[in-house]
Amino acid sequence: MAAYTLRRLLAAIPVLFGLTLLVFLMMALIPGDPATAILGSYATPDNVARLNAALGLDKPLPQQYLIWLGNLFQGDLGRSYALNRPVLDEVLERFSATLILAGTSLVICSVLGLLAGIVSAVRQFGWTDRIVTFIVLVGISTPSFFLGLLLILLFAVKLRLFPASGMYAVYGGGDLADLLHHLVLPALTLSVVAAGVVARLTRTSMLEVLRQDYIRTARAKGLTELRVIYRHAFKSALVAVIPVIGIQAGFVLGGAVYIETVFQWPGIGAMLVNAISTRDILLVQGGVLVVAASYVLFNLAADLFQSILDPRLRR
Amino acid sequence: MSAVAQTVSRSKAGGRPQGLRLLLNNRLAAAGLVVLALMIAAALAAPLLPLADPNATAPADRLLRPLSEGHLLGTDALGRDILSRLVWGARVSLAVGISATVIAAFVGSLIGLVAGYAGGRTDNLLMRGIDMVMAFPYILLALAIVAVLGPGLLNALYAIAVINVPFFARNIRGITLGLSRREFVDAARLSGKSHLKILTTEILPNVLPVIVITMSTTIGWMILETAGLSFLGLGAQPPQADLGSMLGEGRKILFNAPHVSIIPGVAIFLLVMSINLVGDGIRDVLDPRLRSGALTRPVARTAIELDDEEGPSSRTSGGNLLDVAGLRTEFRIGPTVHEAVGGVDLHLAGAECLGIVGESGSGKSVTAMSIMGLVPTPPGRITGGAITLKDEDLLAASDERIRQLRGGAVSHVFQDPLATLHPLFTVGDQIAEAITAHQPASRSQAWKKAEELLRLVRISNPAQRLDAYPHELSGGMRQRVSIAMALANDADVLIADEPTTALDVTVQAQVLALMNKLRREKNASILFITHDFGVVSAICDRVAVMYAGKIVETGRTSEILAAPAHPYTRKLIDCVPVLGEPERRLDAIEGLPPPVSDLPQGCAFAPRCPIAQPECRAQAVELAPLGKERAARCLYPLTHTTGVSADG
Amino acid sequence: MDERAAPILELTKVERIFGGGRTLFAREKPAVHAVQSVSLDIEAGETLGIVGESGCGKSTLARLIVGLDNPSGGTIRFKDADLAEIARRDPAALARRIQYVFQDPVSSLNPRKTIRSILEAPLIHLLGMKRAKRQERLVQLMDAVRLRPDFLDRYPHEFSGGQAQRIGIARALAAEPEIIVLDEPVSALDVSVQAQVLNLLAELKARFRLTYVFISHDLSVVETISDRVAVMYFGRLAEIGPARSIFRNPRHHYTRLLLRSVPVPGREVSIPETESAEMPDPYDPPKGCAFYPRCPAGDALCVSRQPPLEPAPGSTSHLAACFHPGSVTGEAAG
Repeated sequence: MAAYTLRRLLAAIPVLFGLTLLVFLMMALIPGDPATAILGSYATPDNVARLNAALGLDKPLPQQYLIWLGNLFQGDLGRSYALNRPVLDEVLERFSATLILAGTSLVICSVLGLLAGIVSAVRQFGWTDRIVTFIVLVGISTPSFFLGLLLILLFAVKLRLFPASGMYAVYGGGDLADLLHHLVLPALTLSVVAAGVVARLTRTSMLEVLRQDYIRTARAKGLTELRVIYRHAFKSALVAVIPVIGIQAGFVLGGAVYIETVFQWPGIGAMLVNAISTRDILLVQGGVLVVAASYVLFNLAADLFQSILDPRLRR
Repeated sequence: MSAVAQTVSRSKAGGRPQGLRLLLNNRLAAAGLVVLALMIAAALAAPLLPLADPNATAPADRLLRPLSEGHLLGTDALGRDILSRLVWGARVSLAVGISATVIAAFVGSLIGLVAGYAGGRTDNLLMRGIDMVMAFPYILLALAIVAVLGPGLLNALYAIAVINVPFFARNIRGITLGLSRREFVDAARLSGKSHLKILTTEILPNVLPVIVITMSTTIGWMILETAGLSFLGLGAQPPQADLGSMLGEGRKILFNAPHVSIIPGVAIFLLVMSINLVGDGIRDVLDPRLRSGALTRPVARTAIELDDEEGPSSRTSGGNLLDVAGLRTEFRIGPTVHEAVGGVDLHLAGAECLGIVGESGSGKSVTAMSIMGLVPTPPGRITGGAITLKDEDLLAASDERIRQLRGGAVSHVFQDPLATLHPLFTVGDQIAEAITAHQPASRSQAWKKAEELLRLVRISNPAQRLDAYPHELSGGMRQRVSIAMALANDADVLIADEPTTALDVTVQAQVLALMNKLRREKNASILFITHDFGVVSAICDRVAVMYAGKIVETGRTSEILAAPAHPYTRKLIDCVPVLGEPERRLDAIEGLPPPVSDLPQGCAFAPRCPIAQPECRAQAVELAPLGKERAARCLYPLTHTTGVSADG
Repeated sequence: MDERAAPILELTKVERIFGGGRTLFAREKPAVHAVQSVSLDIEAGETLGIVGESGCGKSTLARLIVGLDNPSGGTIRFKDADLAEIARRDPAALARRIQYVFQDPVSSLNPRKTIRSILEAPLIHLLGMKRAKRQERLVQLMDAVRLRPDFLDRYPHEFSGGQAQRIGIARALAAEPEIIVLDEPVSALDVSVQAQVLNLLAELKARFRLTYVFISHDLSVVETISDRVAVMYFGRLAEIGPARSIFRNPRHHYTRLLLRSVPVPGREVSIPETESAEMPDPYDPPKGCAFYPRCPAGDALCVSRQPPLEPAPGSTSHLAACFHPGSVTGEAAG
């Protein structure tokens, strides 16, 4: 297991490097140059050239990449000219807010999805199954940003149960209770779609597993049906569901873009949308890089967890 | 199990017209189809419909509520007619969503096909590239692409297409990889087909349904994603509107005029929901697993629906350890009823080994699995007969009682030991579990007992082997583990369903020897299912030969081998080559067994029988006694004098 | 029998290694020798049976002979031409001479093609036959395997296993080959159908003067159909010779074990029930005889090196790779 873990960790390194290359190239390909964007369209060509040289943009691309990568290793992602602060500071601050939102949503969607999927599979074709299946279908057909708006209208405007926006109350607050109060609506909205996907997959995997010969063996041994389903079948189904939960982590991280915009959550998604509109390229670059890297690491963790459950994967 | 799979796979013929009918039979899918058709029709006909100009602003009429005069759905902040914008917007959303799907499906499927078929380096390179794209969280990549290309509807379309390429590529690659390892691809190569030809004419037709399924299940997503980008202001740019940007504009005035955002939101929901309903319907129709019911969950115990006129217990003779009388088990798949077991009588005395011999589809496994209710329901059900174990009526017993008996008084050994042991639990765990399910033992006691059991089935280093997972053991060793598990609670009856068929011949001999020895040591009774008379002769005291769901002959093994009375038994013995008799001509049985969904009125073997008479076909033939412990279901049993024809 | 004609197919020290090579970090990848140093001849018109248990390399050998796979070492010569060379230069030319019948009749037929288009493929791509001629030939083929010509327009799922295997045989016949390699052609079939197919194969062989390489794990079937038999164990030839001689007077202890293990009606099981040693780890093959851990006659010599294939006394055609072919100590004679 230790050897396997090490191997997986090593295998993640080239992926992370590939990521940096891709992010770098993407931003290097942007039409127009950052200097013009920084100095505005009235800048003299002289000034633009000087700033380009200062930013190292007159060098060949491979060299630019190495310089950029070297800076990256020193924690220097450049400066956001729109916000006039280091990109890394801004990104990390925003990213922690996103992690709170996305992390909570991921937990909610996994738990809800797994439960709904199991119940649905065990009661296949029964009323519970039909209701769950229908709710799931509605869930994955609703645009999350629309659902967010509806929840705001209902719970924030009509019922006044939860705040409509932000992470903390403007005056007072700032404690955990305040955070949770603000978290309820966005986290719920964000997890609905992902829960639907998890539920669907759990249902199919459970149904597939329940037909396996080893389930018949478990029954032939005289195990109780509860044990057959929750120990024997669920463990196998979980192995199939984990990668999908990994993908759902991507969905909630990405989906945070909408939800943060709708609920004005000060996360990295909202930051990216603003940065794209203001063409704050270094900020976009830093934000995309951090989110993608964390996603890679999360999937690595999912892989390792999967191999803990399934010894056959450890080879 | 195999019998079930076979009947299922045989009955899955079907063509296109049936597909559409199936789709319409699904009420939800049909409803989705109607809604979707209406929306598409409206979107297509937008230029022809008497709608207001979607972009004509009228500051005087701003934010009119729905059902206002001249504006059925009201107006937005600039006084534009919402209904008109909705129809035109849906047109844009649909066009973008469908185009993105087509692009993603084409590029992704192409990558998947090439990677899956070529394998090796090409596969590695392509899939690493795909992994790279997948390393970005879904929408984030779309954002990054839009950041590069700049906001705009067309760029959003490209972004959405790109992020969905991996989905298609991975799916199609998996399928292609499986297909290109199939033997028909090798066969096509040997028929002189080039790689390109194989890819386009052999593999693509098999992949196409999967592409269609994947498209129908992702198009809804794509429309949602496009709407999302527009909602953020990164897709459709004013004054052009799609449903997403309408929602985005409406959000700013959510509190004053909620209808401006709710109406396009509902429209997106309806559109995507109807697409998903239709998509699920298409999937259900095209996916053979769903159509054949292969994804239905078998319940804990076979359904019992006795439709016998006579009382259930009246026919068992009693006095035996296990008695089966008039057992009938059938599979209902769609409108067809497969009568897998059509009235079987069996009895098993203490310390006896009874073999059930037959070809696939003869009902031998289904008979054995019916005893403890292990035939999967759906589609199986027991429809008649009686089963008694030590005078206890098993068909009338409660589910809980059956659970106690399973693994307790009656244990099982199945065919393929790799598939029948749970891959994720250690061997020790699985044996200990069998013990604690029936005995009040602590975990450490059970573990100790498990070690003894492994020693009993002659596994060396039992203490270490307990920690092994099934995949770490060889086939023979796995089957020994299964046997150990079956012996855990000193069962009265051991039901062994082709326990040596999946094993190599030298391993089979060892396992047979082991079972033979253990049954003498433990005085256990065995019901042994096999298709091989050689195996029967190695272990069984008595044998019952099954054909088309009925027992056609039964008696002591040596007697039946020496002088079979039923022509089928005779032929079955004669058509198998026997080691040491290479010159003997193989007496093949012409034709095929009748399908159990359509059995003839008379003797089921009559159509293939060399000595059949008109009477044989006229009416059902009963199992007639032919002396002590001997019976045959034949009007003209072969005389006992003809011995086994020795070498010619 | 001992006077041998020129072989139609000649295998010399054929070897097939799977895996191997190096990883990105120059670490050696594990390699499996699926087939090791196999040398044998096949005469025109004979049936060579190849027996062995799972993992012995018999199917790999079969794929090498039809050119579906290439040997990692050694040569296969077809009538004085290098087979790998033909396969590379003109695969169709090889396919016209050597054909293959697959184990699983159902999975060897594309579920989305009619029988007609399956059988037409070799006629078009290998023989370049015109449409009118093809129709005539298709009917002949169906007749040869005893299937009704109106089955031509049906799909594979409408056929039983036995019928599907006949279609597989018809496809192999279509190219008018000289050699047909049959890889477990009856293992997936029910016993009653098995006999039909075996009888059909015997009849076709006589009618079209074919040479068969018949691969099977079933000794009784191999005994019935073969002129000569090769026994494989752990990728190597253990024994090869005339069928009668192999089955009556086996010289390798593995062959003896196999023969004693086959369940024969009316015979008691005479194998000890104890767990015998497994096959050696294919990633770490032993230096000496692979059968040593299970062999009743093994000694230090057997561990030290590979026993060479040597002829039995008084016979040039019966060879066994065993240092102690005669001694059967401490066990009931088989």
